[in-house]
Amino acid sequence: MLRNYVFMSQAHSIEMGEGMSQTVLKMEGINKSFGDAKVLKNVHFDLEYGEVHALVGGNGAGKSTLMKIMTGVYILDSGKIYVNGEETVISKPLDAKNKGIGMIFQELSLVQTLTVQENIFLGNEIVKNGFRDIAAMNKKTKEVLDKLGIEVDPDTVVSELSVGMSQMVEIAKAVSKDAKILVFDEPTAALSDSETERLFEMIQQLKKEGVSMVYISHRMNEILRIADRITILKDGEHVVTEEIKNMTLDKIVSYMMGGSSGGGHKFEWVERDYDENAPDVLTVEHLKINDKISDISFSLKPKEILGFAGLMGSGRTEIMETLFGLRQKQGGKVYLEGKEIEVKNTKQAVKEGFALIPEDRRKEGLVLMHSIAENGVLPILDRLTKHKVFLDQKRANQLVEENMKQLNIKAEGIHQEISLLSGGNQQKVVIAKWINSNPKVMMLDEPTAGVDIGAKGEIISIIREYADQGHGVLFVSSELAEMMAICDRIITIYDGKITGEISRRDLKTEEELQNAIQKSE
Amino acid sequence: MQSKKASKKKFQISKFTVYIVLVVVFIFFSIVLRDKGFMSSSNLLNVLRQTAMVSVMAVGGVFVLGAGQIDLTVGSNAAMSAMLASLTLQATNSIILALIVGIAFGIGVGAVNGLLVTKLKLPSFLATLGMMQVVRGAAMWITNTAAVPITNMRFNKIFGTGYIGPVSVLIIWTIVFYVVAFIVFNKTPFGRYTLATGGNEQAAGYSGIKVNKIKMLIFMISGALSAFAGIMYAGRMQSGRYSFGDGDEMSVIAAVVLGGAAMSGGTGSIIGAFAGSLLMGIISNALVLAGLSSAQQKLINGAIIIFAVALSNIVQKKKTN
Repeated sequence: MLRNYVFMSQAHSIEMGEGMSQTVLKMEGINKSFGDAKVLKNVHFDLEYGEVHALVGGNGAGKSTLMKIMTGVYILDSGKIYVNGEETVISKPLDAKNKGIGMIFQELSLVQTLTVQENIFLGNEIVKNGFRDIAAMNKKTKEVLDKLGIEVDPDTVVSELSVGMSQMVEIAKAVSKDAKILVFDEPTAALSDSETERLFEMIQQLKKEGVSMVYISHRMNEILRIADRITILKDGEHVVTEEIKNMTLDKIVSYMMGGSSGGGHKFEWVERDYDENAPDVLTVEHLKINDKISDISFSLKPKEILGFAGLMGSGRTEIMETLFGLRQKQGGKVYLEGKEIEVKNTKQAVKEGFALIPEDRRKEGLVLMHSIAENGVLPILDRLTKHKVFLDQKRANQLVEENMKQLNIKAEGIHQEISLLSGGNQQKVVIAKWINSNPKVMMLDEPTAGVDIGAKGEIISIIREYADQGHGVLFVSSELAEMMAICDRIITIYDGKITGEISRRDLKTEEELQNAIQKSE
Repeated sequence: MQSKKASKKKFQISKFTVYIVLVVVFIFFSIVLRDKGFMSSSNLLNVLRQTAMVSVMAVGGVFVLGAGQIDLTVGSNAAMSAMLASLTLQATNSIILALIVGIAFGIGVGAVNGLLVTKLKLPSFLATLGMMQVVRGAAMWITNTAAVPITNMRFNKIFGTGYIGPVSVLIIWTIVFYVVAFIVFNKTPFGRYTLATGGNEQAAGYSGIKVNKIKMLIFMISGALSAFAGIMYAGRMQSGRYSFGDGDEMSVIAAVVLGGAAMSGGTGSIIGAFAGSLLMGIISNALVLAGLSSAQQKLINGAIIIFAVALSNIVQKKKTN
């Protein structure tokens, strides 16, 4: 895989004077493919001493892949990495750690059952005469925590900490290992407002200490506030690197879309025909899910495709999960075809006529070790019986055979194991399984994530077709191009509140939608 | 494409492993032990008779492992149910009542297991490990470890010592349970729900399946079948003893895993479990015929369990690669 590249410039030890900006990390000509898919194309990226460098792009832009190469999770196909001017090979996470590069993960990497001190020194214990020197480690832990202004007892077990505090400890852990470069991946997604403020204070503190930081986020307000520079990627290519003071929200959004509006979008919006005055298939009034997500009201007409647009963590997934009985609502009313319903569990939700195509098809959507036939009829087994007792295997198989034809599922046959199918085909099985249950309201959460472009188009037409048959569809996607292509109406959500509603007809460009999502009021 | 085909083939081989091993072992012993009467029809029926109790418990084991759980109470549950059934017979001489009391107790133990797993969120291994001790202790305590003789010969005949033609009632009962379980496991939605729960609990929940209800039910099924196995023990030995089924939980797991179930859940086969329990029965029978001491038999039986689990792991690894 690793091709030899002839590299011409001799970028050895860049001597920099005191006070001048100094490049601590430089990535040049980075290429990376997974199978046939090229995810990074000749990307370059650099990081200066003590700066916060935002890394921005849509889904599939390559941000995470680039950072995973930097932290040794993935190995680059070709390209060069320089740390402090020295060419470096990073082929495993330990290499990155040794070079002072640390990553603050979205899913925290602390051991929940150990204490703060034990976590901070995990794999790095201070040992005296063959025993752990607890006093010395406690002292050092205190020092690090004090330096960062984290108020927590080193003896606290991590599972007792809040998400925000866990994240602080995670940062402390990286800093204690003399990390000079820190990567933050969506650090505020799970934080409350005050925790976010605390995080920002800490980032300022780290800057003073000379730590350089990469900050990945979809929240532009945060980036405009704390970043020094910004690099924007799109479809695996570098678009621009710019000082943040020369940037505005509009500009960033426009760069993310590829410079001009509408460029590169494969999906065309077609005005769909549905009766806007028909009685609602679904009405939701003042739905309250938790303290953050509340006062959610909307309605859905038959044949309508309604989109929920918002950032990760804005509450779009939770709304669907609540309607589907995976969460209990704390207040508000839900009407299905005008009749008020109380959905207590998923079984009842399915019975009432809801379907949810979940965000994570491998974890939540499918039993991977079972066949297409078995997965395809799982929600409706009780309807596929003879004499109400025995499974009608023949009918079940026929149904799945039909699904495979209609949805163009590519496999060796209905008895093939799901885990052997491609992502797109797996997702089609999830959709088939729910079409078979013939729901009145089909909810789809990121149905095209990790699906190749061909299957994406197919999935969008399948959804349209299902709506055309007179059903209501709720649609969530982080890919705005997709929402623009499929939705008749889009509701924007920010931090658990509905902030607006746009008819697709009035929406001219993706930028308009992106701007609407970023607005908190 | 090639790798896809290869892994598919391997998967199918794994399904048939137990039958192939069974045939190979059978042929091996029928040659080696031909002078010791291994192949005589009376010996073969004897194997079936001896394995009947474990076979019946293994039926429940398929549901339990299929749902991704484990049930260690089966052996002690059989013992306590046998004790209760014999005490009921002693007191009332009513076969029906003895049956009801024994099986109701078995279902009760299963329900407690289920509640511990679903409500208190204990891992099934720990929940049933504890319950195993509790129930075994109860069986010892109830008569102060004394055996309870059963004088009702009709009970003994129906559940243990009787024959229909040359075939022991123990074998008949075994066949009955396997036929019913085969239908329930393969032909009803419940069988599918069980495997879906074990294969991916979260996805099953997202598909509108009440996974906790499924878990409760599989433990109760396992409890009922263990209790019936206990009644078979009681009929065969014409008494209730606290020591019935000692170590059967391990035999059951080995039989079910040999029969194609994964410890991690989501797979399993009723017929395979029968073949698995038969395989273990044939091996113990052959070891006895070969004149091995009980110490040597124990040693080899342990090796078989390791072999069973290793096989299941290797096959699974190949599948996921």
